[in-house]
Amino acid sequence: MAKFKHFLVAAPYYLWIGLFVILPIGLIFIYSFHDLNGHFTLNNYLNFFKNSTYLLMAFNSLCFAIIITFISLIVAYPIAWIISKFQNSRDFLILLVIMPMWINLLLKTYAFIGIFSRNGTLNNLLANLGLGRHQFLFTDIAFILVAVYDQLPFMILPIYNSVIAINHSLINASYDLGASKTQTFWRIIVPLTLPGIKSGVQAIFIPSLSLFMITRLIGGNRVITLGTAIEEHFLSTMNWGMGSTIGVILIIAMILIMLLTKESK
Amino acid sequence: MAEKTIVELKNINVIIDDLQILKNISFELETGKFYTMLGPSGSGKTTILRVIAGFSQPTSGEVFFNGKKINQLPPNKRKINTIFQDYALFPNLNLFENVAFGLRLQHKHNSEISDRVSQILDLVQLNGLEKRSVEELSGGQRQRVAIARSLVLNPKMLLLDEPLSALDAKLRKKMQYELRNLQQRLGITFLFITHDQEEALAMSDFIFVINNGEILQSGTPVDIYDEPINHFVADFVGQSNIIDGTMIRDFVVNFVGKTFECSDAGMRHNEPVEVVLRPEDLDITEVKKGKLTVKVKSQIFRGDYYEIIAYDEDHNKWLIQSTNPVKDGAIVGINFDPEDIHVMRFGEKEQEFDARLETYED
Repeated sequence: MAKFKHFLVAAPYYLWIGLFVILPIGLIFIYSFHDLNGHFTLNNYLNFFKNSTYLLMAFNSLCFAIIITFISLIVAYPIAWIISKFQNSRDFLILLVIMPMWINLLLKTYAFIGIFSRNGTLNNLLANLGLGRHQFLFTDIAFILVAVYDQLPFMILPIYNSVIAINHSLINASYDLGASKTQTFWRIIVPLTLPGIKSGVQAIFIPSLSLFMITRLIGGNRVITLGTAIEEHFLSTMNWGMGSTIGVILIIAMILIMLLTKESK
Repeated sequence: MAEKTIVELKNINVIIDDLQILKNISFELETGKFYTMLGPSGSGKTTILRVIAGFSQPTSGEVFFNGKKINQLPPNKRKINTIFQDYALFPNLNLFENVAFGLRLQHKHNSEISDRVSQILDLVQLNGLEKRSVEELSGGQRQRVAIARSLVLNPKMLLLDEPLSALDAKLRKKMQYELRNLQQRLGITFLFITHDQEEALAMSDFIFVINNGEILQSGTPVDIYDEPINHFVADFVGQSNIIDGTMIRDFVVNFVGKTFECSDAGMRHNEPVEVVLRPEDLDITEVKKGKLTVKVKSQIFRGDYYEIIAYDEDHNKWLIQSTNPVKDGAIVGINFDPEDIHVMRFGEKEQEFDARLETYED
């Protein structure tokens, strides 16, 4: 009876996970073994690994994801650290970090088009300063910048949480035992904030592998990643099988990254 | 400045947000002694420690270490180590690495590090636990790791911020002995912070009693216990009966309407004073043999003695320690010797107090 009750309470969650997690992944998996005509095939996978375009895309995605994650990390860490120092106003400052997350990604991306375009804010400013107009939109740098901007809160928040959890007497103890500020940072603070860094890296690296909207709007489709490839296959070429194959490969990559960055305890 | 002085504080004031945490603190600490800073929480004793360690800057005043002014020296450059109240062991490092932390910073060779660490772990009896995570250790073990982590650096001085307050009563007693032993064997100066007067009396060579950011009295445990300077010290250090009285003349004091011979002098005639009688100095006797007559209100068995609460005819409360029980409600006499009476003047400062004692004590 107790078991049945337990099942009843949990049922909506099982149903949710079944319908919206397991079923879609299962479908992607099944689709990945079908060709354009709906016949079973292994060609999608063979294609992926034989065709240099796909491998290059995978490599591209990986490189961009690494760069985006790394830049986010070195920007987010000092921000999180500085915010944690403001004893009285840090809740408000964290709110400022969270606020952009409430704005739709598409809107933020369009705002950047306004800033970066040929006649945009940035170019107007440069022109007024006599530095001339430059091409910002549709460059790799613009793509990375917007991707970092968009995902930065996901890096700041976990690091901030691990920073404020540090017992301050540990830092004093480190000084007391003769450590300089730099030594204390590398030997005590970084190891103690490592869980925050890891969750931040997971939260940014994995989605960065499959970005497609920013790639398209800011990268101008010059930056071809696995994310844009999936979008293309599903919406343009209607090759759902190939799209799904890339999806499965991304899922496997994500699982690998989760395994690599999980707590080693 | 004495030759053996290791630390000197001169007119230290600490003001934080308009609040005076320390008021003109000055003292000298000699090499190799066990000092205790005794005071209630919020008295400023931890701030004194932080000023010496370098975690807090005094608003004014000077800190000297081995004769050199160290106000500007950061904590990592001071040859003073601190044992923190919560031990502050690094959770990311195991026991060995916690102890080795300071040596690693000095880039010592691995062989030297492991030699020195195992030596110090022998000393604090933690050998064999090197690979343990510090989170698996008991309170007493953590305490020892914190001590080992500091001692391995051969500090000239150790500051201990209420290090025993998190331990249970029995372990606390044991660690009191261990700390005292360690200090005497190594000859390092200890400055121990506590709010526990028993701990202070048991462990120290010298005690500073501090309240509201001021040092009220300093001296050996016996001095402070036997001759407290004022009501606060008498009340805070040990148990006391504190009664209002009048100093008739030298060596004669009046309280509870009676006149007694005492061993204090140097006050004005008929000066109003407070009189301290320790509960263990009071002996219960027959009414006619007693100097005072009291009625027993209640008593508690404390194991090694009975704590008796009684009232005299003037409704003054008397705390008495006795090895034998008495009957509740019984009327008994209490007896004491002239030297058991300690007379305190109102508002007397430590210097005046010491000077007055000089005039009549041999």
